[in-house]
Amino acid sequence: MARRAAAEIGASGVGASVLRKEDERFLQGRGQYVADVRLPGMREVAFVRSPVAHARLRGIHVPDALRACVFTAADLAGVEPIRAATALPGFKHSAEPILAVDKVRYVGEIVAMCLARTRAEAEDMVAQVTLDYEELPAVTDMIAACAPGAPLVHEAWGDNVFITFSEDGDIGRVAQDAAIRVTREIRTARHCMFPMEGRGVVAHVDARLDVLTLVSATQMPHVVQHGLAECLGIPSGQVRVISPDVGGGFGYKGLLLREEVALAWLTRHVGHPVRWLEDCREHLVANANCREHAYTITGYADAEGRLLGLDCIAHVDAGAYSVYPTSSALEAAQVASLLPGPYDLPVYRCRSHAVATNKCPILPYRGVARTGVCLAMETVMDAIAAEAGLEPYEVRLRNLVGPERMPFDNVLKKHFDSGDYPECLRRAVAAIDVPGVRARQRQGEADGRHIGVGIAIFCEQGAHGTSVLASWGRPVVPGYEQATLRLTSDGDLEIRVGTHSHGQGHETTFAQIAHEILGLPLERIKVLQGDTLLVPFSTGTWGSRSIVMGGGAVAEAARALAARAAKIGAWLLQADPAAVRVADGAVQGGEASVSLRDVARAWYLQPQQLPPGVDTGGLEVTAGYRAGRDSGTFSYAAHAALVAVDPGTGLVEILDYVVVEDGGVLVNPMIVDGQITGGTAQGIGTGLFEAMPFDAQGQPLASTLLDYILPGAADVPDIRILHMETPSPYTAFGVKGIGEGGAVAPPAAICSAVNDALRPLGVELNQVPLTPDLILDAILSASRP
Amino acid sequence: MKPAPFDYLRPRTLAEACAALKTADGGAKLIAGGQSLGPMLNLRLVQPRLLVDISGLEALHAFSETADALHLGAGLTAANIEDQRIDTRAVPLLQRVAAGIAYRAVRNRGTVGGSLTHADPAADWVNLMPALGARYELAGPAGSRTVAAADFMTAAFETLLAEDEVLSTIIVPKPAPGTRLGHAKIARKTGKFAMAIAVVVAEPDGGTCRALIGATHGRPILVEDAGARFGLGTGRLDEPGLAGLLADAGITTPAARHLHLTALRRAAAEAFPQAIPS
Repeated sequence: MARRAAAEIGASGVGASVLRKEDERFLQGRGQYVADVRLPGMREVAFVRSPVAHARLRGIHVPDALRACVFTAADLAGVEPIRAATALPGFKHSAEPILAVDKVRYVGEIVAMCLARTRAEAEDMVAQVTLDYEELPAVTDMIAACAPGAPLVHEAWGDNVFITFSEDGDIGRVAQDAAIRVTREIRTARHCMFPMEGRGVVAHVDARLDVLTLVSATQMPHVVQHGLAECLGIPSGQVRVISPDVGGGFGYKGLLLREEVALAWLTRHVGHPVRWLEDCREHLVANANCREHAYTITGYADAEGRLLGLDCIAHVDAGAYSVYPTSSALEAAQVASLLPGPYDLPVYRCRSHAVATNKCPILPYRGVARTGVCLAMETVMDAIAAEAGLEPYEVRLRNLVGPERMPFDNVLKKHFDSGDYPECLRRAVAAIDVPGVRARQRQGEADGRHIGVGIAIFCEQGAHGTSVLASWGRPVVPGYEQATLRLTSDGDLEIRVGTHSHGQGHETTFAQIAHEILGLPLERIKVLQGDTLLVPFSTGTWGSRSIVMGGGAVAEAARALAARAAKIGAWLLQADPAAVRVADGAVQGGEASVSLRDVARAWYLQPQQLPPGVDTGGLEVTAGYRAGRDSGTFSYAAHAALVAVDPGTGLVEILDYVVVEDGGVLVNPMIVDGQITGGTAQGIGTGLFEAMPFDAQGQPLASTLLDYILPGAADVPDIRILHMETPSPYTAFGVKGIGEGGAVAPPAAICSAVNDALRPLGVELNQVPLTPDLILDAILSASRP
Repeated sequence: MKPAPFDYLRPRTLAEACAALKTADGGAKLIAGGQSLGPMLNLRLVQPRLLVDISGLEALHAFSETADALHLGAGLTAANIEDQRIDTRAVPLLQRVAAGIAYRAVRNRGTVGGSLTHADPAADWVNLMPALGARYELAGPAGSRTVAAADFMTAAFETLLAEDEVLSTIIVPKPAPGTRLGHAKIARKTGKFAMAIAVVVAEPDGGTCRALIGATHGRPILVEDAGARFGLGTGRLDEPGLAGLLADAGITTPAARHLHLTALRRAAAEAFPQAIPS
């Protein structure tokens, strides 16, 4: 393979683990984040937020002295609420007002904004604004919310269900004859995303360009631009969104925030720059919740553990409003459509409800529904294994779709593009050494702990395009992705892309793709992103799409640019245009070559050297890309965890963790390893630590990092990553999206391992996070006669 | 998360600090390392009119060793002890406990005195000093007084410290030769406050066997004759008896009781390595 050979000689194209171009500025503290933007006359905003989960808002009392600096919904007359509707039949609409009107529906909902010279003074004002409200009963549990008589989050609906997704396989047909039937109740806790950088917005009016400029930490500048223009009722061309350096997104920065609209309105109203920086408490309480699912799931199998059917009722706690643009339907839709995973499942029935509660809206976090889905499915596989008397991995091997059947359409007609799932699992089993663990378990541990091994396998559909997203009726559907490539007057390359890198290293990987085609050294390639004025429209970076879509567009544009350069170069070489090629930063024809620098010089500065009939588009190309099939790439991985559970404390230590990942062809394996490691750390958080509990009145109980527990350096083991590389048949270079997978399987693998460890004690736990309290309670209950 | 407005004073002497506290009449807060107070100010959980910053007071950074005790200035940080910038080897647990407090960034600034006066029931120093039989010197406008560590903390976040007093020195007696010490801390993860702490101090030849059960809902439970009362050192803990003690402190859930017993068992195992585990 040419790519491998290139990587071995230290080249920097596709497949090379080159160091990241952007890291020099990050490591030297020269990154430019929203909080680094200082504009003359800029003032700070603090929000008055609802102290209660559900109430009728009767009045907002602003002291007379503050009237000029405090703004409420009454001031924002004419600003439209955020509506993230889907076109799906039966979807119940919510309108999320920018500042609360009439009702508040969750703790932390923004009610008024205070403007001051400093944030501290703005918070002083917040303390002086009082709310007059009539508290209503809150609905805080998604199952209870579906019961008759539950308080209604949106009265006009008549119930609390945004939408229900159904798959209607004939489960009765297999239920009768199934030798094995297992049912489990499974829950994943609501938690938070917690990127290193929270949200932040600087808004100002640029009179010269006649645009409202919003500098915001976002994954999708154009979507924010469009949504903002809709809310404000102005043309989108009058809105410029700049997303500068962004310290992690994970989905939290993939939506239009009320605060963005509020500050955009405010700067137009007051005429000077305004800024809001989210603080830790706002992040935890009011803005970034995710992951809360409940499953009642039954698996049917024959006596040898072969799946016959799966029957599930799932609830997703979507919170109070539908967020733009993903909508409150996304997560429940994913549950229904992803549950079968990589298994060959003949019959499938599922009801998946997106439920409204008096909690902040749930947002799509890295992996979206896959994390809960993987836990649910793998729990069922473990239960079937126990019934069949088989190793859990053996049951999985009997049900995974083999490589000889690829590409494969599953029970829901999901199109798996390529891969060898059984081999991936076998490698994980070997790497974690399941037989060795079994022998060690028979011996027991000297320190009295119980060890256990758990394995989970999943697939990650990435870069799904128009056909998939349009069927979910979303307000914003991705289409062709574009890139603009320009050779500068001295022959360097500028790449403009609409995707946004907030940790993924696109400034490096997109340059590597261009290098692969043009051969320019990476230091002469600059990737520009994150500014609606500078880059082509894009739905942004989400859904593991950027390397497939953005990278594909860069490749298309680079090839088109190469063709134009070749024509000029051939003329300069006096060679037959059909006989030249672009490589190593030059147009080459036989022994002779002319550098792209000279080609650029001819185009820009010495046009008398250009051939007749030259392409007058010059050395700037915008090209669009869509994968050969837009049903998505399917990367996949098996995660294997070896844990020790301390029966004296309920604490879990991860002794070993293996990921066998097949992400197709890897553009930069080092960056991929970083993605997997980071995602796995987050998944360990989901599995062992992170939870945002609420009391019965809807008060969030983890409002600081004292109570909200993130995994730290000591909690994340050295993760051993092994790669397989099965190319996708549908994408440029055979790449697949891998951005989310790391965060998907750890809860399932860890939960399985903990249950394996505690099996001798008669304990099985089916919820995450696996806190010491939960584990101790289970151990103590099991040991009580 | 910014503090409400406050005035700020950086006194040059302890007397000046005490005078400022007296004048403020309950409206002032002392700040040294600020590792607990800082977040509380930012969250506006406390809104003092005046902050009296005692981090620059030389007297609070003094350290001396006498024949029978270590005298630690209350302004010494956990990192000072962790790094042995002061030689506390005579009381071996001090360095180990210091090194296990929160994260290094917290240890760099957080002071021993600040932690003791904040009196968080789950804090590390709070749950060590009474077991070591330490005494505290409290400086006030009318001079100093000395109180036993065991008496100082009266309840969660409550101490004997008067509004115009400053904890100035912690006097830690050196254990008698041959004394065995055991310490166990159970936390959710590195850096978090403890869920359970136990300390066992066993003097040789049938001397005192003192046990501390900490990270309770309030002040730590101190048992002076833990060997005789609960079988520490015999390998057979009196679990029903200890459960009763814990219940008196409001610890009744099976998981919490189990955690405290685990901590005590592990501390005892360290102090009595030859005992048969129960």
